[in-house]
Amino acid sequence: MTATMTLGAAVNAGLRAAMERDDKVVLMGEDIGRLGGVFRVTDALQKDFGANRVMDTPLGEAGIMGTAVGLTARGYRPVVEIQFDGFVYPAYDQLVAQVARLHYRSAGRVRVPIVIRIPFGGGIGAVEHHSDSPEAQFALTAGLKVVSCATPHDAYWMIQQAIASDDPIVFMEPKRRYWDSGEVDTRSAGVELWTSLVRRRGADATLIAYGPMVTTCLGAATVAAEEGLDLEVIDLRALSPLDLGPVFASVRRTGRAVVVHEAQRTLGLGAELSARITEECFYSLEAPVQRVTGYDTPYPPSRVESEFLPSVDRVLDAVDTAREF
Amino acid sequence: MTLPMTPQPGALDGEHDLVQLLAPDGTRRHDPRYPLEVDRAQLEGWYRDLVLARRIDTEAFALQRHGELGLWPPALGQEAAQIGSGRALRDQDFVFPTYRQHGVAYCRGIDPALLLGMFRGTELGGWDPHEYRYALPQIIIGAQTLHATGYAMGLLLDGAVGHGDTERDTAAIAYLGDGATSQGDVAEAFVWAASYQAPVVFFCENNQYAISVPLERQTRVPIAQRAAGFGFKGVRVDGNDVLACYAVTRAALDAARQGFGPSLIEAVTYRIGAHTTSDDPRRYREDAETEAWRAKDPIDRVRIHLQREGSDAAFFATVEAEADQLGAHLREVCGRLPEPDLVGLFDHVYTDVPEELARQRDDAIAWQATDEGGDR
Repeated sequence: MTATMTLGAAVNAGLRAAMERDDKVVLMGEDIGRLGGVFRVTDALQKDFGANRVMDTPLGEAGIMGTAVGLTARGYRPVVEIQFDGFVYPAYDQLVAQVARLHYRSAGRVRVPIVIRIPFGGGIGAVEHHSDSPEAQFALTAGLKVVSCATPHDAYWMIQQAIASDDPIVFMEPKRRYWDSGEVDTRSAGVELWTSLVRRRGADATLIAYGPMVTTCLGAATVAAEEGLDLEVIDLRALSPLDLGPVFASVRRTGRAVVVHEAQRTLGLGAELSARITEECFYSLEAPVQRVTGYDTPYPPSRVESEFLPSVDRVLDAVDTAREF
Repeated sequence: MTLPMTPQPGALDGEHDLVQLLAPDGTRRHDPRYPLEVDRAQLEGWYRDLVLARRIDTEAFALQRHGELGLWPPALGQEAAQIGSGRALRDQDFVFPTYRQHGVAYCRGIDPALLLGMFRGTELGGWDPHEYRYALPQIIIGAQTLHATGYAMGLLLDGAVGHGDTERDTAAIAYLGDGATSQGDVAEAFVWAASYQAPVVFFCENNQYAISVPLERQTRVPIAQRAAGFGFKGVRVDGNDVLACYAVTRAALDAARQGFGPSLIEAVTYRIGAHTTSDDPRRYREDAETEAWRAKDPIDRVRIHLQREGSDAAFFATVEAEADQLGAHLREVCGRLPEPDLVGLFDHVYTDVPEELARQRDDAIAWQATDEGGDR
């Protein structure tokens, strides 16, 4: 069965399906109950599943994350909502020093099946601390897995797959795409969680993105096609661990790679991708791997965020640089 | 203007409101709030526990000095707080300790030799937390209080509280030190526990120092007093009195399991030894202070009391012999704790081994097989 829904509604439907399937799945967060979350992603779930399974917690991110750890020891599978990307830092110790390490510290005896949902990225005209892209900080943390959805179909299925996983997963939701609609096949996910996907076939260069930048890259490919350029677009989906087989195969064909993310450039995902592509595709590369990213500044005031965020034009400019190298 | 650097002298210590059932001179006291009948056999059992807990500690300290352990955090002087509270636990309760609750781990039936692994560097944990209902020791100060609170919230969700059956109803206990009370995690744990009326007891071993920094830097009121601000009960107990620690903890745990929510116990004690074997307490405190606390030793008072009650020399000799056996066991096991295998540890980062991690593991295996890599 196929349904048209927004990305935000698809996360909601995915959460609902996961909660119906397993009564150990509980949601925790600020304002996720009666309000349905500041983005309404948990809309009506408390009404339908009760306050014990959709918990409006006190206001404290470390408290949410730390009590989620304790709940796993009782067999629960907490899905934690961090209200905005920039609010995750108070929970940083619990996330990187506790959640990420318990399985390792216990030599595999303790499992911590927590999903940490974080609406991330800019482009919505928000105030400070509401537009960050901290995914690399979690991707570089051994013990955490990180994914990001880019389409309603993926939002619906990836949240369910993440909840079913026994590892802790940081689930990055592209908040500016919450209102984008798309088709969701509610019968089958089609692919597993840890798989990157070619969203558009092309021969001239490979664009590599995830989350909100997938749409931007597809837009860039559309514009490029009008100019006779054929760009391939890969949606990573999994940021840690990375599934780079399709990336390597693509770059070996096109010889040119452009990595696109909103997060700051230095030591962002693009740095790792550039290194790995260079290691694996050295003799196929016609140009150095290009990076189109946010700048190495804190996220700027929203009136200039469009200059900070990678745009179609900046992506195409990087493609030109790679082609003219 | 000068900053008020310290609270009024005496505000944080002294006997004020301290629950005490066995005075340092071995005199039995009674507190109507905590009635406790203990026969000689039971007290002899606790005496044995105290002596064995101390032997675990002194033996491990010696092992560190002999180079067998990289580090050891002594609990010397805090045995009554640990044995009293540890024996107050019921089998079904779950413990979230720090790295210093050697006596509580002993009460949970964990082979004390398993405590050595994380300090020898052979492992990061050492046992299955679910088997003993005793979590792995927490090193990040205060983080475990949130885990205990979350566990207690799970008990509420599971309906494991409030049936009036103390053998089935369950509580969680978090151990923390005086320094931890300054941590944000602990404040949040107090908020959460109060908000959800979670069945959790916060047992603070106030040993007066956070490494070198004295209690006065952490608080201007007695720690137990903090509980009132969060909306639950706080109790100050003589942390060197095994009877009082037992009675107070048992009451708090049973209140929690009956559905009356959290409480905070401040066990006023003293860290006779160093923070860890890497520390030098003489740089930050006077010998006279330590000596004054030695006079309030948690084991001496029980021995004096038992001698008055008729425990004979044979009993004390038996306990001493057991302690010697335990010391020998620790020395023997420590030397043959299995060495960790770096390659094997790759398997525990996640529940699976992602491709890139597998590649790095293979690199490590290949490196070990080389002349340079094999020469570890």
